[in-house]
Amino acid sequence: MQNPQLTQDGKLKHLLSIEGLPKAILNQILDTAESFVGVAEREVKKVPLLRGKTVCNMFFENSTRTRTTFEIAAKRLSADVLNLNVGTSSQAKGETILDTVNNLVAMHADMFVVRHAQSGAAHFIAQHIAPHIHVINAGDGRHAHPTQGLLDVFTVRRYKPDMHNLRVALVGDVLHSRVARSEIHALTTLGVPEVRVIAPKTLLPAHVEKLGVQVFHDMRAGLKDVDVIMMLRLQSERMSGAMLPSAQEYFKCFGLTQEKLGLAKPDAIVMHPGPMNRGVEIDSSVADGSQSVILPQVTYGIAVRMAVMSILAGNS
Amino acid sequence: MKLPDAEALLKILAEKLKPLVNANKPADTALVGIHSGGAWLTERLLPMLGQKKLQHGMLDVSFYRDDFASRGLHKENRPSQIPFDVRDKHIIIIDDVFYTGRTIRAAMNELFDYGRPASITLAVLVNRGGRELPITPQIAALDMNLAPDQNLQLLRHEDGRFYLTLEKNA
Repeated sequence: MQNPQLTQDGKLKHLLSIEGLPKAILNQILDTAESFVGVAEREVKKVPLLRGKTVCNMFFENSTRTRTTFEIAAKRLSADVLNLNVGTSSQAKGETILDTVNNLVAMHADMFVVRHAQSGAAHFIAQHIAPHIHVINAGDGRHAHPTQGLLDVFTVRRYKPDMHNLRVALVGDVLHSRVARSEIHALTTLGVPEVRVIAPKTLLPAHVEKLGVQVFHDMRAGLKDVDVIMMLRLQSERMSGAMLPSAQEYFKCFGLTQEKLGLAKPDAIVMHPGPMNRGVEIDSSVADGSQSVILPQVTYGIAVRMAVMSILAGNS
Repeated sequence: MKLPDAEALLKILAEKLKPLVNANKPADTALVGIHSGGAWLTERLLPMLGQKKLQHGMLDVSFYRDDFASRGLHKENRPSQIPFDVRDKHIIIIDDVFYTGRTIRAAMNELFDYGRPASITLAVLVNRGGRELPITPQIAALDMNLAPDQNLQLLRHEDGRFYLTLEKNA
């Protein structure tokens, strides 16, 4: 079956999910992002690639970091940016997503960055939109958050360039996490030999091991000798019922403390996609500590999103 | 057609560059090679020019090309490296083959995003003819007049020595 993200000749047309993308395309994005990192250090932090194009940020779900970094990325590519606060717009008056999108296409929008609480929303738009428009998934339900997955592997690659010799652990709420799914696909596609997930049984999807990961329920065993620790946010807003006894209990078992960090390799890096729940999944001393690369993740997020947008815009 | 010896042209280019490099204080002058051939040439030229203080950098103009809309982003792009302050510098852009002038236009646009240079000079190994913009090299080790369907390229042997190839475009 033709991957809906690719053109007939195999180029990236939309970015909807990392799943199913060939390694060569992931590497192209990461290598291009490498070239964009330096742009932020110049006097003029812009390149003219998307001059005359209009990028439309459509966030049907709250976000600060992702929306802002997409906006900065588009502006550094010289695009015009529309930020749609969909909660207060015509969606609230009953307009369908496709009508909203097609109205924006009529205003000559060229690219849509979509976040939605429903899995598959970006995919749905991509399937029904005019062929010259590009769609980027900025998070859909529990499904995927591909640019976050990409910026995470970009950060890993910057600190640990030998991806073929790494042990990576994802810790926390894998069940509700679109970030975890995107990270797992990105890491395994790029050839990371050992990806672990560490979580209580109630916060793991069924058959998660089919994604090519090793499952641990004991954090101390799971963190032993890992090179990279990717913490996940406890998504209490997506939880219903008794998945956890309490936040305190969770921190005791699955919170990252200095003591538990000591079980990983001495030069291990700590990552978190944000927003952090300090004292729930991560201790402040670790989040602000010398092994934390949480803020560099945010900075690299801009370069990675610039890379994705410029590659898509060029594949018309 | 017998192609000129690229190594001999390199020596000519170095000789032609010397007066220019010595015209200003070495600290005020910088060589900027265009990826990839121009960057290779810059590497070889630096020790030949006899100025140890000469600063240098590399530009990959992928983000400034004028054919982005039709051809998309170049698959292999590298980070540009300008490890000095461009402001008020005399910049000498080095490239291997000068053809339409579009790459140089892109390079100049990119350079100005680093700062306002005092001057920009263009020096190339071969000016093959066929410019499409009001841009031309001040220094060329060799001038040629090639047909549009001919593609002149600078390549490197395994030991690092340069050679030129000429192919007919399909």
